[in-house]
Amino acid sequence: MLYKILEKTKLNSVMWKIVFDAPLVAKCARPGQFAVLRIDEKGERIPLTINDSDPSKGTITIIFQEVGTTTKRLGCLKKGDSVSDLLGPLGKATDFGKAGKIILVGGGVGIAEILPIAKYAKNNGNYVLTIIGSRTKELLILEDELKRYSDELIITTNDGSYGRKALVIEPLKSILAKDRFDLCYSVGPDIMMKALCEVTKICGLKTIVSLDANMVDATGMCATCRVTVGGKTRFTCVDGPEFDGHLVDWDGFMMRQKRFVNEEKSSLKLFEAQHKDCRYKVQDA
Amino acid sequence: MAKKQGAVGIGDLERFVADWGLKNRPKTKRAGPKLEKVAIIGSGPAGLTCAGDLARKGYDVTIFESLHKPGGVLTYGIPEFRLPKDIVDREAGYVKSLGVNIEVNFLVGRTKGIDELKSDGFKAFFIGIGAGLPYFLGVEGENLNGIYSANEFLTRTNLMKSYLFPEYDTPIRIGEHVGVIGAGNVAMDSARCALRLGAKEVHIVYRRTESEMPARIDEIKRAKEEGIRFELLTHPTGFFGDEKGWVREAELLKNQLGEPDASGRRRPVPIKGSERRMKLDTVVCAIGQGPNPLLPKTLPDLKLNEDGDIIVDDNMMTSIEGVFAGGDIVTGAATVIEAMGAGKKAAAAIDRYLRR
Repeated sequence: MLYKILEKTKLNSVMWKIVFDAPLVAKCARPGQFAVLRIDEKGERIPLTINDSDPSKGTITIIFQEVGTTTKRLGCLKKGDSVSDLLGPLGKATDFGKAGKIILVGGGVGIAEILPIAKYAKNNGNYVLTIIGSRTKELLILEDELKRYSDELIITTNDGSYGRKALVIEPLKSILAKDRFDLCYSVGPDIMMKALCEVTKICGLKTIVSLDANMVDATGMCATCRVTVGGKTRFTCVDGPEFDGHLVDWDGFMMRQKRFVNEEKSSLKLFEAQHKDCRYKVQDA
Repeated sequence: MAKKQGAVGIGDLERFVADWGLKNRPKTKRAGPKLEKVAIIGSGPAGLTCAGDLARKGYDVTIFESLHKPGGVLTYGIPEFRLPKDIVDREAGYVKSLGVNIEVNFLVGRTKGIDELKSDGFKAFFIGIGAGLPYFLGVEGENLNGIYSANEFLTRTNLMKSYLFPEYDTPIRIGEHVGVIGAGNVAMDSARCALRLGAKEVHIVYRRTESEMPARIDEIKRAKEEGIRFELLTHPTGFFGDEKGWVREAELLKNQLGEPDASGRRRPVPIKGSERRMKLDTVVCAIGQGPNPLLPKTLPDLKLNEDGDIIVDDNMMTSIEGVFAGGDIVTGAATVIEAMGAGKKAAAAIDRYLRR
């Protein structure tokens, strides 16, 4: 079974949107869930959030940023190419239902993961305030789509090239200083989520974070994605990916996220040496 | 007989039968229209055996496997030097040649539930999902970098071929001083893999003595021959790392043997004041596996025992009509041969059930 790329769109210099033919995954994927993908026989299994699914067409949409070897290889694939493996939907689905006033905070490629949550929140009758931020204007994604599902949308960039020149935490702080919210949901770089949780913890605002951990099987078997939450070891793949952000041991999680950093570098170096001009094509599996 | 001529080599006899079977078994599919659809969940030794037997009886069999390759523990767990992967491929290929359909990348309970498969026309189910949930010690520092569950360590090595990194994309990081906690077959496999991955020294850390070790005598012998060191009557009480979160040391406590416990083996009793530190930069936790709760959680009517294993009756049927189970998910972690036996018994029971 191969999973064909039906559409591929470049969102900016490092991010792509791919629509895969994956009818079984599309049929039951829900917001908050992810899929595990392997490009070919030599590939790594990596988890990617399912950004959207269309059961009638049998497709799922993945948005990703080129970071490591697998995502760079994915970036080199073309419409009509296939990946050999796609398993999903995995992880627990979002289930906060009607919480009241919700504040969504997305950073970087994490904005892509906020979109299905915004849609879910709106469809469940919540008031949705969304804050999204990126390093610079060029890297900001999904502004128009998020506008559709947000009652308010605030944009920040680190360099001030678009929206407010700030980190997402700054507007969050000023909003929470004058207004009451019932729930915060955040996806972004670990360091951003950690800082955000420190802010929301002080004002007692319940905060859900979606963690992006390194995984292998992603079915609860290998435990490489383990994280300490409220003093207990939990598996991101089956107990998550959503956790109570106030209970996550952020320092422990961030250290675990770096455990293959040297290997990732050497793998990327090899890949870049072999595929300088992105002529890399997936071999038939 | 053991006294006069040496013990019967059961493992070697099993090996002979398997090798003979590869060459001499019937190759043809059963002719005629297929009987009812049967779903096999998990493509490990229990599932493959059950599927093969049912296909030979004429059933329309589909195996659902969550990983990208069939074989279960034969593929992800047992290393190449102990079970060459082309044997596993041939076994799976043989089952396919009998007309069995193998669907990989399909996690029953997520991709589709048992109820959905029922509406797809499956009349009976066999759950052979093994004991896939890794146990940890529950001591301080267990989530430090460099500490793997045996499942992770072996899956990276065997299924993902990390030993060929960076040609294969999945990394594994091995230090110089490796400690494998536990002394079952999985622990021996992990220790011998660690050595092949380049560790300088590998220690098996076990809380009892050699005579209580759950591993087969042959596996212990091979581990010793390869230079694996044994720290017996010893258990870790914590792991300590550096500022970047990498494990550097284990704190170990010495035990003495006390009264026998529920397993009939003498219970290890820690000796007060016997703490010592051991330099370790990679730890593999191989203290056992339990049932993965993912599928059982989707089936509220499925009866489980206190360990979470699925309860079956004399006919291998679970508390849900038409849903059978066998192998490690029923017995707790055991052997490949026992799982195959359970698969055969379940196939016969499913046949009786569908003919009733």
